[in-house]
This record gives sequence, C-alpha cells and structure tokens, in this order.
Amino acid sequence: MSDGQLTPDQVGQSVRRVESRDKVTGRADYIHNLRLPGMLHAKIFRSRVAHGKIVRIDTSMARDFPGVHSVITGEDVLRLIPSPYFGPAFHDQPVLAIGKVHFIGEPVAVVLATDPHVAEEAAGMIDAEYEELPAVFDEIEAMTSRAIVHDELRPAGTFPDLKHLKGRKNTNVALDFKLRRGDVVKGFAEADHVFEHRFTIQPVMHTPLEPMISLGEPDGDGLIIHSATQMPSFVRIEIARLLGWNEGRVRVKSSLLGGGFGAKVYIKLEALAAALALLARRPVRVALTMEEQFYTITNHAATMRIKSGVMRDGRIHARSCEIWWNGGAYADIGPRITQKSGFTAAGPYSIEHVHIDSYAIYTNLPPAGAMRGFGIPQLVWGYESHTDLIARELGLDPLAFRQLNALKEGQEHATGTPMRDAAIDLVLEELGRRMTWGASFDRGQGTVRRGRGIAIGIKACISPSTSFAMVNVSADGSATLYFNTVDMGQGSDTAMSQIAAQTLRIPMDKIKVVRADTAVTPYDMGTLGSRSTFHMGHAMHLAAQDARSKIDAMAQELGLPVRETPIDALFRKKFGMSAGNVVGVGHYTAPYVPVDPETGLSPDITPNWMVGATGVEVEVDTETGHLKVLRLVSVADAGKAINPGIVATQLSGAAIMSLGGALLEHMQYTEGELTNGSLAYYKIPAMHDIPEAMEGGIVESAQATGPFGAKGVGESASFGVAPAIANALEHALGIRITTLPLTPEVIYRALREAEGRALAEE
Amino acid sequence: MDATGSLISFKLNGESVTTHVAPHHSLVEVLRGLGLHGARESCGQGLCGCCTVLVDGLAVSGCLYLGALVDGKTVSTVEGLEHEGNLSTVQEAFVECGAFQCGFCTPGFVLMATQLLHHNPDPQDGEIRDYLAGNLCRCATYPEIVQAVKVAALKGGGVGLCKPVTDQRGTGQFTP
Repeated sequence: MSDGQLTPDQVGQSVRRVESRDKVTGRADYIHNLRLPGMLHAKIFRSRVAHGKIVRIDTSMARDFPGVHSVITGEDVLRLIPSPYFGPAFHDQPVLAIGKVHFIGEPVAVVLATDPHVAEEAAGMIDAEYEELPAVFDEIEAMTSRAIVHDELRPAGTFPDLKHLKGRKNTNVALDFKLRRGDVVKGFAEADHVFEHRFTIQPVMHTPLEPMISLGEPDGDGLIIHSATQMPSFVRIEIARLLGWNEGRVRVKSSLLGGGFGAKVYIKLEALAAALALLARRPVRVALTMEEQFYTITNHAATMRIKSGVMRDGRIHARSCEIWWNGGAYADIGPRITQKSGFTAAGPYSIEHVHIDSYAIYTNLPPAGAMRGFGIPQLVWGYESHTDLIARELGLDPLAFRQLNALKEGQEHATGTPMRDAAIDLVLEELGRRMTWGASFDRGQGTVRRGRGIAIGIKACISPSTSFAMVNVSADGSATLYFNTVDMGQGSDTAMSQIAAQTLRIPMDKIKVVRADTAVTPYDMGTLGSRSTFHMGHAMHLAAQDARSKIDAMAQELGLPVRETPIDALFRKKFGMSAGNVVGVGHYTAPYVPVDPETGLSPDITPNWMVGATGVEVEVDTETGHLKVLRLVSVADAGKAINPGIVATQLSGAAIMSLGGALLEHMQYTEGELTNGSLAYYKIPAMHDIPEAMEGGIVESAQATGPFGAKGVGESASFGVAPAIANALEHALGIRITTLPLTPEVIYRALREAEGRALAEE
Repeated sequence: MDATGSLISFKLNGESVTTHVAPHHSLVEVLRGLGLHGARESCGQGLCGCCTVLVDGLAVSGCLYLGALVDGKTVSTVEGLEHEGNLSTVQEAFVECGAFQCGFCTPGFVLMATQLLHHNPDPQDGEIRDYLAGNLCRCATYPEIVQAVKVAALKGGGVGLCKPVTDQRGTGQFTP
C-alpha cells in the first residue's frame, strides 16, 4: 500500500499478535533455547537450614568429579566483586551466600561443567556445615522476634527516600510506610458502627512455564547477559554497579518470555550468571528447574487488620488498615509494594479519615517480590471481604453499599490525589448489569448451596518512571521499532506495532520489532505493573510522530506533496537511490509529586488508576466442602483498548490465574522448609478448573492522559477474584473464611465449626 | 557421560535422522541437539505438557521419555505440522482465536488438539477439556484454546494436513 492511500486505523483493532506464527510453529525465540559455543552449565547447591552461620563448605568431592570445570562459592565471588550484594530497594542479596544463609534453598555454591548432568550430580556432592541461628517465618512474629534476619539494613542508593533506613539494626522491618488523612480516632468516635476484621493471605508462586534463566557471556572487556528478564535496563544498571563498570560494557539481551507475572522483574539470576562467566572466562548458563523457582521468588504472604467506622446511612466515615508483608529473606521490591500499593489499602472509597500502616518485613523464607497485581490482590482480599461483612451486618445490598461509597471523578483519594479517569462507578454498574444483580438468585437447597459475590479494587500505576523508544524508517518505507518492553504474552510487541503503524501511517506488515538489547534498544524502567501500554505507548507514539514529521519535512524540502508522496519515493528522490534512514525518538515520564514522608500524602501520586471488579456465582457441596465457580465475570476500566481482543484475553487470563491463588495454590512450609515445591504438589489452574461460564467486559471510558486514551489492563482482573468468592461463599453458606486458599478442607472445617462439630486438627 | 551412548536412527517429522544419544538423555534433549525447540522442558515431571512429542503417533512427555527409546520409531513435533509454509488447520485456528499468550505451552496444546481431532473430529466442550486436561497454560488462555479447537474442528482439523495411518494394532495413529 502506498503512503498516498488511506491506511486504516490500526489502534483499536483486534489484530493478530505479530509473533503468532512463531508461537504456533514452536519457533518462538526464548532465552530458554539459547546455547552458546563453549558454554558451561551451572547447577546450584542450596542451603538446608533457614538461618545459620556458614562454618564450612566442602567442595572437594565435587571438584574432583570427572567433567567438573570448577566449583564456585561466595569467597570466589568476593574476589571478583568486593561488595556482591544486589537488589532494587536494598542491596541485601548476595550473589552466593557470604558468611550466613538466610533461608532454606538459598544458593550457597555452584558447580560448572560442560554437561549439565555432571554439574547436577556434582552439586549433590557438596557438603556444608552451619551453626544454626534462631529463625522466624511469620510476618507478625518477625515484628518482635529475637531472631533478626539481617544484622543491619542496607538500602540501595537509587531510592533517596530510603536513606534514613541505612544501617538500622535489630529490626526485621525493612520499611514502614504510613498514610494519615484526617483524624481517624475522631472518625471512629463519630461513627455509628465500628467493624474490625483480620485477614491473612498465603504465599504463592508465579510459576512461569519458562523457568527463570540467565546466561553470562564474556565479550572483550565487557559482558553480555542473555536473560529471560522483564527489566533489561535495570539489569544493566545493576550489573554495571556491581562490577564498577560503565553501563556500556554490559549488554543485556532479553527475548520473548515464557511467562513472567513479575517473577522476572528487577534482578534475579543475572548477577550470578555475570559473576560465573567472568570467573570461568567462558559463557555460563544458569537455568533453574521448576522446583528451584519456588526458592527464588514468591508472592508476599500478608496479614491485614482493617477497621471501619460507618455512619447510619451506610457511608464509610473512617478506616484504619495495618498490613504486614512477609518479604522473606531479601527485600527484592517488597518495600515498594509496601508503599506504592500500601497507600491504596483503604480501597476505592471516599473516606474522610484514613490511617494506614504498611510494613515490609524480613523473615527466613524465600524472597518475596512483585507478582501480578503488585500487592493489590492481597489488599483487595482484605478490604473487599471487610466491605462485604459490613454490608451484611448493616443489611445493605453489597453492590449498593459499594456504589454509595465509591470514589467519584474528581474526588480526592486517601492520598490526596484527585481521581481522574477512574471509572469506578461505570465498572460497578456494568458488573451489576452482567450479574443481573437486581434479579432473584436461586441459592439452592439441601447439600448443594449457591451464592454470589462481588469485589472491586483499584491500583495506581507505578510512578515516577520513564520509557524511551526509537523508530527507524528505512528507505523502502518499512520501519523497525527499538524499545525495551518485553513481550511475555501480554501482546506489547503487537500493541506498539499498532501505535507505530497508525502514527507513521504505514501498514502493520511493514513494521518489525527489535527485541530488547541494551546495546541498541534505549532505556525503559521495566515491563511491570501494567505500565507499558501507558508509558511505552506514549514513548512509541512520540517516536513515531517524530519520524513522521521528519518524513513530512523531507517531502516539503523536496517540493513533493506532504503526506501523499509514498515514503520510498521521498528517499529515492533525496538520495538518488533507495538509501538512508529517518530515525524518530520519543520518551515519556509521567508527572509525579513525591509523598510527604510524615503523612503519605501527595497531590499527584499516579498518572492513571486501574479499576477491576469481579463477580462470581458459586456452588458448594456441604458434604465435601467442594466449591465450584459456576460463573465468573470480570469488568475493567481499560481506558480505550489498543487491541480489544488481547485485552479480553488479558482479563480472562488474570482472572483464571487468580482463581489458582483463591482456590488451589499454597506454598506450604514446615519450619521454613517448603514441602510442595513442584507441580506435582503445587496445583495451578488447568482446563477443568475454569468456570463453565466466563465473561469479561471493558467499560466505555478513556484515559485522557493516555496514548490514544489507553491504559494498562494486565492486572485489573486479578484484584477481586478471591474476595468475590469468599463473599459468595458466605452468601451460600453463611460462613466467613478469612484465610486463603479456599480449599474443600478449609470450607468443610469451617462448616463443621459453624455447626458446633469442629474437626480435630491433623 | 557420553562415552556410554549409542547411535540411534528414527524418523523425525518425516525425515530420517541418525544421532548420538547418551542413555540418560531425554527425548527433549535429543531434539535440542537436532535444533528443534518446540518441545520444551518446564516442570520436568511430565505434568505440564510443554514437552509433548508424538512417538509413533502417540503423545508422550518428552522430558521423561528416554531419547534412546525412539530408535527405529517415528517422532513428530510441532515443527512438523507446517507443510510447505502453510500452517495446519489447528495452528491456523490457534492464530485466528488468539489461543496463546506467552506461547511456551502452545506446541503441546497444538499437538494434543491435533491428536484429539484425529480421534474425534467433532468434540464437545467437555471432551476438549478432558483431552487437554494434562496441559498447563499459566497465562490461562484456556477459553481461547477451547474455542480454537472448535474452530479447527469445523474446518476439519483432524484430517486434511494430518494424514491418518493405521498401525498393526489398529489404534488409528497418525503422522502429521
């Protein structure tokens, strides 16, 4: 198609994913596939104690095993990197354990060999002796425990607001975030009713089917890291910092990811891969097994206490929330979850007096980090269970109670930031419509009972953050996109291609995406928190506009009709042949005002709000406790969808993944030792776990500040699944469960207890 | 460890191949050595279906199936479904329905769906779910996958590009 012809709109169309063919033919490019010449395989020897001083690591048998290249411990790493501690919020995680181990499963030593089976067998021959120290696993106990996970706190310099925590000792509290709005004591005194509940949520694992993998490859005086990472730019910065190099010497390449869900954000295996490659002076592949992923990153288990003062007319007048986030042995991004999700703990409601305390806590468990929703699902579990309990107690309709209290356009959120383009009302209305909420509902009888429930949550898009993009238009009128958003299934390659195609006014098939490679693709904060459509979408739009305006200027300079002359004709005329390029660049940083450290308030805390609600109809067998979700409805405010088809898939995917956390998944520990770290014992949703009826809807809305009115949607349908089910369960049976997951055993025990026939604990 | 290996020959997606295999190498490892990445090890326990491969027309977990055992057999992988640059009916249907997100599990689902439609050209929803119950998709693209299988069935996905053959036991196996 020539440029002179009208190119149909690409944005807003459900075009097929650009990498479709590669994915159905098995040719999709994952780091998992990569083998490098002369490569060594790394196998990790892990701690068997939860907290202890390392007395001795005996590597002699492993070293002598035929085929072993070398065995590396923390001592070797120290010779290469004087301070080998990494992490986005705290520099607390050693490349390999140094002096102490902090959880069962922590990497202590690594065997390198050309044959992965040799490396694995030899890793089993390593022996370590520890002097055990008191350990703590529960987030509440850790607040006062004599077991202290880290001798002192080591905040990363990248976050100036954490500086005051540097060197703090004798505490497991990595960060305490507080929000103070109004006077909550006065608010409770004024309220007609006061309700208080406590909820807990279990640890779960992201379980990407492409297990985490990073390869280090020495490259002249530099290093290439090939990694299944959601954050190539951050990895480069962090590796350069660890090595004391300039960033140019570190090249980070990512690819399509076989799932991420937050497991592959910030820095995970990359520091180890870098150290091993530099020590061995050869390429090294660090590839985890599914089991090892459970020891690498988990979601935060959490406890939440929530108290509300409610007026006679049903208005929520005051609310206080305390949340304790079980961060495990290393902070990872937990402190940021504690703060940046913590400030939404009072929910999507207009409340005069709000008081929030949110604590990031170290324990001797595997490190917890970001997982789809970035802490929001934990909070919504608490506040939407609580909201429903209040409505029931006051005899108010759960939907009407939420609608009465919902934040309206322009009203101030608890942080002081006015709500803009957050379609909370529309989402609730659409949910009610799809659930036929006003109609009567058959609650069953005998041993099969039915109930229905709803829940809604909001999330603030992470801020401040920056995205850069480049668009390179070739002389034949095709274009190549350079950007660091990593497509892990959310469809970002497709969405960015749509934005670029529409802006450049060229068809989609003339667009090619260059996957993240920090040697050529510019900076991006990272692929996380549903920020890419908004931030990278802006950057790509600006980059394509820049390129398009240069092309138009070329036409003007050549005296040819602007916008109507085909691009290839312009280049031929200007350069006398098909030659040259036009490069457009764009970047975007959302406006942001830092929070006041004393009050947690800010007039501009986020560039956009995500809104997601869930409604379910459930059926429960009272003889077995078995709960079946008959119908699941997800409704979200997606702004204006760039690709409605992919948005719908994101919604149902997030909802089903969250069903796993609501009904099935639970990392079970005995004294800090994980007892179900494999897919044989840790069940994630499969075909038979999806509800018979599923539907998703997006409301008619637009994010005025978003590219083409769009905003992110990858997490919105994950917010309310668990509380909607717990609310439906109470509707069905009159029992309230405040822990997750809602397994048949948990439900059956609660039923028996309600009947005064409690079962004995096992 | 390779010292104890052996040379094996088998049909891979219609072509004869001979390769060296150590006794402990899985079929996935053998396929990697031959440059095929469509079958992939994920859970390593035969529980997720990412490593699905057809051996003599029957689906096996390539992460558990010993490579040496395919000697003299016929092996079909997702890479063999495409014919002369054309996607198979099932592959087309997966693209049309957007029945994948990250794509890591997709080859396993495509192969199982192909095998299902060969045995049962017009499956009902429940039959589709039963047949694909052993494959996991963490992105949870399950509704779209069920839809894709139905679309492929309408277009005759079990026949067409998948040529049915019957072996001596008459189990109606096929080679793509």
